[in-house]
Parts: sequence; C-alpha cells; structure tokens
Amino acid sequence: MSRAAAARDWSRPGLLSGAAGRWLKALPVLLFLTALMFVPVGQLLSLSFQAKDGSFSWVHYARLFTADVYVNVMLVTLKIAAWTTLATVLASYPVAYLVATRSRRAKSSVMFWVLLAFWTSFLVRTFGWLVLLGRQGMINQFLQALGLIDVPANLLYTLPSVIVGMSHAMIPLCILTMVSVMETIDPNSVKAGLTLGARPGSAFWRIYFPLSLPGVAAGGLLVFITSLGFFITPAFLGGRFETMITQVIIEQIQEMLNWSFAGALSMLLLAVALVIFYVYDRLLGLSSLAGGGTAPARGGAGLSGWPARLGLKICAGLGHATDALLFPSWRARAAGERPRSAYGPAVQWTIVVAVVLFLCLPAFIMVPVSFTGGGTIDWPPRGFDLKWYQALFESPLWAQAALRSLIVALGTATLAMLLGTPVAFLLARENMRGKTALLALILSPLIIPRMIIAVALFYAYAKLGLVGTYTGLILGHTVLAIPYVVITVMAVLKNYDPRYDQAAWNLGAPRLATLRRVTLPLIRTGLISAFLFALITSFDELTLALFVTGGLTTTLPKQMWDDALLSVTPTLAAASTLLLLLVTLLIGFVGWLEKRSAR
Amino acid sequence: MTKDKSMSAGAMPVQEKLVVEGLTKRYGDFTALHPTDLTVRAGEFMTLLGPSGSGKTTLLMMVAGLLQPDEGRLAIDGRNATYAPPWERGIGMVFQNYALFPHLSVFENIAFPLRMRRTGEAEIKAAVGRALDVVRLPHVADRLPRALSGGQQQRIALARCLVFEPSLILMDEPLGALDKKLRDQLQLEIKHLHRQIGTTILYVTHDQQEALTMSDRVCLMNGGRIEQLGAPQELYFRPRSHFAADFLGESNFIEATVARRSGEALELACAGQERLVRAQAGASEAAGAKVRLMIRPESLSVTLQAPATGNALSGTLLETLFVGGTTRQYIALDGLGTVFCLELTAPAGRQLKPGEKVFAGWAEERGVVLAADAGAQP
Repeated sequence: MSRAAAARDWSRPGLLSGAAGRWLKALPVLLFLTALMFVPVGQLLSLSFQAKDGSFSWVHYARLFTADVYVNVMLVTLKIAAWTTLATVLASYPVAYLVATRSRRAKSSVMFWVLLAFWTSFLVRTFGWLVLLGRQGMINQFLQALGLIDVPANLLYTLPSVIVGMSHAMIPLCILTMVSVMETIDPNSVKAGLTLGARPGSAFWRIYFPLSLPGVAAGGLLVFITSLGFFITPAFLGGRFETMITQVIIEQIQEMLNWSFAGALSMLLLAVALVIFYVYDRLLGLSSLAGGGTAPARGGAGLSGWPARLGLKICAGLGHATDALLFPSWRARAAGERPRSAYGPAVQWTIVVAVVLFLCLPAFIMVPVSFTGGGTIDWPPRGFDLKWYQALFESPLWAQAALRSLIVALGTATLAMLLGTPVAFLLARENMRGKTALLALILSPLIIPRMIIAVALFYAYAKLGLVGTYTGLILGHTVLAIPYVVITVMAVLKNYDPRYDQAAWNLGAPRLATLRRVTLPLIRTGLISAFLFALITSFDELTLALFVTGGLTTTLPKQMWDDALLSVTPTLAAASTLLLLLVTLLIGFVGWLEKRSAR
Repeated sequence: MTKDKSMSAGAMPVQEKLVVEGLTKRYGDFTALHPTDLTVRAGEFMTLLGPSGSGKTTLLMMVAGLLQPDEGRLAIDGRNATYAPPWERGIGMVFQNYALFPHLSVFENIAFPLRMRRTGEAEIKAAVGRALDVVRLPHVADRLPRALSGGQQQRIALARCLVFEPSLILMDEPLGALDKKLRDQLQLEIKHLHRQIGTTILYVTHDQQEALTMSDRVCLMNGGRIEQLGAPQELYFRPRSHFAADFLGESNFIEATVARRSGEALELACAGQERLVRAQAGASEAAGAKVRLMIRPESLSVTLQAPATGNALSGTLLETLFVGGTTRQYIALDGLGTVFCLELTAPAGRQLKPGEKVFAGWAEERGVVLAADAGAQP
C-alpha cells in the first residue's frame, strides 16, 4: 500500500463521493443549457412584451389576436398536427407490433428499413415526395398509363400531400417509441388469455392493446409536438392554406425583421406545446415517454374510473368483431385436422411491407432521378448521365457546404458526448431528489419547438457576433443533440449491471481505472450509437442553420434548402443519393458493431 | 375371462383424461420432443420432471395448444384435440411468471375466462368470490396485480385458472419464482386443492423434491424423451437408468461385473474387493456383463465389523460431517471410488475416526442394478 493511501483520513466521506460528485456531473450540462437555451429563449419571449421604444407593451399580442390570420395559422397548424398524428399512429402500430412480437430475424430486417428512413434527411424525403406527387411525377404517370385519368391530377400543394409528407417523416420515430414499450409486454399475457378461452381477436384487443396504449400515447405525443414545429414539409408540399406557424415566424424574422412579433408567435407556439404536455402528464404521466415499463400508474392506459371502463368496453367490442370476422370457422373444423395455413400473419406482413415501402420509396426514388439526362426531376428519368454528380463535385459551394457540415457535426457530437454522458450516468445510476426535474430540463430541447430555440439563438448570436461561425453552429447544434445523447446512454446503462463496477473496485481498481477498463469497454457500442445520433442530428439540422448560416458559411441542408427554393433540380437528387448512401453505411456500421460486441 | 369383460373393465373405472401418441416437435435440425406417448388418468396429479431442455415445457405447450406438433396425436377426454386452438380446449394453465394481466384488477383477471364464456354478471360475481375464498384472498379483489406479493399473485393466478372449473389444469413451474418457504407452503396448498376439487393436474418442474412431494405419478424426461414414468417411490427406489438415479435424490454408484446369475439373483464382483455382493437382476444381465450398482446413501450403514447379513464392502473412513439431524460419512472403498452414507445422528456412542478401516453395508434388496454404459460416472 502506498504511503499516500495510508495517510488518508477515512473517517470522512471522500470529496467526490457525495453531493459534490453529483453536481460535478450535472453542472456543466445545466450551465450549458442555461446559457444557450433558457437565457436566449427567455430573452426572445421578453422581446414580445416590448414596444418599439423598449417599453413594456401588449401591442404584439393585441395584433396577434386581433388579426384573424395568425390565430387561423395556429388552428391550421393544430389541424395538420392532429391529422398527421392520427395517420402516423395508425401506420406505425402494425409495424411496431410485428417488430415487438416476431422472431429476431424478422425484427432486424424490418428495423433496418425503419432506421434507414429514420436517419435519412427530412429534406431528402420531402424532395422524394415532389418526384412522386408532382404533375409529371411517378404517381400521375402511373395513373395516366392505367387510363384512370386523362390530365395530371393536382396531388401537390394540398392538405393531404402535407399530411402524407409529414406522417412519412414521423412514422420511424413513432415506431421506435412504440416498440420500446411493446417489448416490455409479457408474451405470456396473450398466451394466458388464449388458454382462458379468449379467441385471438379478443386476446389482442382486451389484453395486448390496452397494455400497448402507453406506447401509443407516447408516440402520439412526440409526433404531435414535433409536427407543430414543422416547416420544411408544408413549405414544399403545401399550398397557401397549409401555412404553419413556424413558416410565419421565419417570415417575420427574414423578411420583416420584426423580432418582437416573432417572439409573440413563439410564445403562442410554446404555450400550445406546454399545454399539450401538461394535459398528457395529467392524463397519462410523462414517465412512459422515457421508454419506461408498460405498467401504467393507475390501470388502463393510466386512466381510471369511467374512461378506463369505457375503454375496456370498446376493446371488448372490437375483440368480438375481430373474432367474428377473422376466426369464425374454428367450431366448424374438426380439432384433429391440421389447420389451414393461417392468414393472420399474411395480412399483417402485407400491411407492414406496405408501410415500409411507403417509408423507403420517397428516399429511393431520388437515386434513379439523380442519373437523369434531362434537366428536371420528372418521372421517368431520361437516359443515363452523371452530369449532375459532376456539377455537384465541381461546385465549390456544395463541396464546402458538405465539408462544413461534417466539421460542425463532428464538433457537435464530441461536445454533446462530453456534456451528456456524465449526466446520463447520474440519471441512470443514482436515486436522488429532483431527478425528474433534471431529466425534464435536459430533455427540454426536445419539448421546446426547435424553431423557437433557433430564433432565440439567432438573436443572441447577432449580439455576440457568432452568426455564421463554426462556434455558433456547434454550440447551437449541441443544445439539440444533448437530449438524444442522454437518452441513448441512459438506455445502455439500464442494461449495464453496476456489479461489474463494484467487482472492479473490490479487485483494487480506482474509479478512473474502472471507468476506463471495465465500464467504457462494455458500453462502447452504445456510446458509439449515441455519438452517431448526435452526429446525424447536427448533419441534418436545418432550422438553426436557416438563420445563423448563409452565403459562404452555409451547411449542406441549408444549401439544399436554398437550392430547392429556387427550383428542385436533379442536383438535389444527386446530393440526396449521396446522403442516402452515407446513412446506409452508418447503419451498416452500427449493425456490424452490435454484432461484434454480442459475440 | 372373456374379451368383452376385459374391455368393459378397462373403460369403466380408469378414465383417460389426456392421451398423447407419438407427439413430436422439431425446430430445424433440433428435436425438442422425440415421438412421445403419455396417458394421464382423470383426477391424477402428474408431474413432468426434467432438466431444462428435456422437452417437458414443449410437451406442456402442445397440450395447451400454444405450440403445434409436427407429428402425432393428442386427445382430451377421448376427443382428438391435436390442432384445436387453445381457447377451445377448456384447459386451465398457470404460468411461471403468473401472466396476470397488469391492466386489469384482480377481480377482472379472475372474471376474464367467465367473460370469454359469456357468463352472466351475477354469476361472475359469485364465482369470482368463491375462487378468491378458495385461495384465501377475499379482500384483494379491487387491487391491481402489481400491488400483490409474489405468493399472492400466484394464488390469484390459481384462482383465475380454477374459476371456470377446467377438468385439466396445466402448471408450468408455477412456484419457480418464489422463495423456499413460500414454495413449500404453496406446494401443500396446491396438493390440498387438487384433492378437494378432484381435477386433473399436469405439472412441470425441474425441482425433484417438488415432483416427489406433490405427484401421483412422475414422468421423468431427458433430452426430449421420457426417461421413466412411475409413482414417486418407484422412481426413487427402482430407477431404471443412471440418469434417473442421479437426477432424483442422492446416490452412490459402484462399478461391478456379474459373477453368477441364478434366476432373479445376481452375484457381483467388484474390483479390489474380496467379497461378492448380491443383488436382484434388473433385466438381462448375463454372467460377465459389466453393470453399475446404485445404492441410496440412507441405505448404507458404516460399521467396524463386517455385518452378519446383507452386503458389505471394505474401505477407509475419510470424513464425518455433522449436518444436524443427519450425519454424512464419506468412505473410500478399497479398489473403488468414494461413497457416502447418510444416518440419523445418534447423540451418544463411539465416534468413528477418519482413517479407520470400516465396512459399508446394505440390505440386498436396496441395491439397484443398472446398465454400465448408461451415462457417465459422476
């Protein structure tokens, strides 16, 4: 034993073992989020109460609520978000159910496509819909070839096209959220139901479905809140009547330079989002959001009293209906006969394949279009030509944008890991007071619509001279990436047995050596996933880039956006194809890592 | 006796609740259950006992209808039910992790099978009340399963299964998740319930003590096959294989060669031992055949002098362990391996010392002759 150790006073607890150690893990990230999110957002919101001369005034709110146009935009936003949520949940449920209940192999093949869609840029997928739905697009061509229509139909710039585009963007997230809840449902529950006399329809509706409701609710909430802040999809796929509130905020900043009114609009959006969260929390509890267990707090889907009873009644009715429809022939068939090949799975697979095709088609449609010899993104592509790739690689604008995006993404991922990992350890390991509040603070960049954070940072950066700088972008993107890092690392640590650490300490390894030699190697794959998550969040980020970059400091998504606003050319298809390739490689890499670490 | 008489005699008193014929389950190249025959009589408590991977749960799942057999036939109450869906079988099943529906109250959990059978509301109320009384938990009807202890949850799972009065109940390691004391208590309760209700129970466990305590008959399984089927005493005292002897209770094995055979009696020679030992023939052991002799430790006794009657082998006492009510003594037999003997602890008397020359003796009928090639020496 070394002399230093012998001389140590062990009658007192160590400096870092108690509250001080906890603060050390939480403080950096709290300070970071305060400086880069809470203070700027607060500033922006306080602007909304200032008249031109700086004095306190309600003038902006008066304008907000007296002119019908803004209230209407908010109502349209809510309407689009509600339709999107409904469509997304309906499409996601069968896929999530299949992924959660089928064999590992079926699961991983479906999950690959879901993840591919999840990681593919919103912009790329939106452009895909332009190719599919345009007047000369694939669907119009197809319908004309079949002779169903004579002139091309107006599929774009309508409410349905916006909802299709937005649900397409949200389905992967919704599936992932639902799967995490469904995987905690005991498969014996349904088996027990069958042995107790429930036919498959009743077993599903009375047992599985109520148990999966927390996942449905969590997925629905995430979709709804995220949908409120959409602007890419309505901008490209929507018409004048599908203008959403974030588009109005952009307009106020970029064209009117009216910060105060943008602040008031942000306040309205934030208030709506918070009210929805509050209602959700009252009804169902927020714990189900963090991928917690399925067991609801109060029975039913967390509901109690008459809503729960009514819900179960409805489920019972649906069960009887399903049984009457799909399983009527059991009584007629002799029990000794081998049953005909079950058609339940076939129906299920058909739905799932349709959803997966829906998810992947818009991204993959860009591949053939990028090789067109023509000058437009019309379907079918004309001939085969590499000229659009050539244009892409020869343009300094595109090359520099790509390089800049890469540097920013690497910087963001590194910083987000440094800030997020310690606090994830704290949240996953320790049982302390204020844990829920801490988690809520760290996840708040997901709750506060991204547009508000972006506008607020733009305002702050303008004063600090950070607009158009690497530092500004990296700091801003880190705010957005931290929640993803924390959630991913927490999920990994949940499966990590802390007794490995205790064993290492007992064997003589101090804290740091334990971390380096035992903990980190064991959770390495999860950490790499978290890093990639942060990387892609930044690489794909447009909202913040929209304001704080431009001209010579533009990032790749911003470059695509600017280009697309002028006209959607095959150059964009070429860029999209390259992005798709990159994402496929990344998913393959993560899959390879997981397989390797499983061995 | 005429042919007619024997047939009617066979059909009347012993009713066959469950008949399994040649039932087989394969997963690719792996055979989870080789073609298996099994008959469970009405009112019987039968246990499928075996290590994990022995096929016992596979067999149970096929009886429940939760798994489809690849070959074979299965009849419940004389009706072919091989491919009947589980909800039509009317079989009760208790799962290892209880599988209580977490979103339904205890009352609704127990009412579930009745609702599936469209039972009237008043009748449901009465039946659930009775079921809760049977498991002695009448006060928990309104709680959620999560609010109950493990033992209480298992009782509710039992009640849910009893409430629709199935004539056959399957139990898949129902006590596996409970601690020892609770397990012992619930073993007794299930046994009493069985006697009280008179239902047929097919029970799966890997715990040999549980199987011996509870069952009318035990079906010992190994490697996807039935190893031996019989009453607990029969399996314990007359195991037919090394595996059966080793899996149930503790045992000593002694390698030997058949020296002489006269009718049912064998004389065996053991390497390094002067005396021959006598045993009853198992099946076809001829002179010169290698066999393995199994003796339960409680059948052995250790003495300083060779006993006047019965068998004895010489050896050296290695160690004496006092285990409370019983004492274990380890003896290195001359020329053979080590055996141990289990005796009730005698408070007084001369203590044998390690290193002393002793004899391990046993009554002739307590030795069981097994084939030498079945299984490895432990």
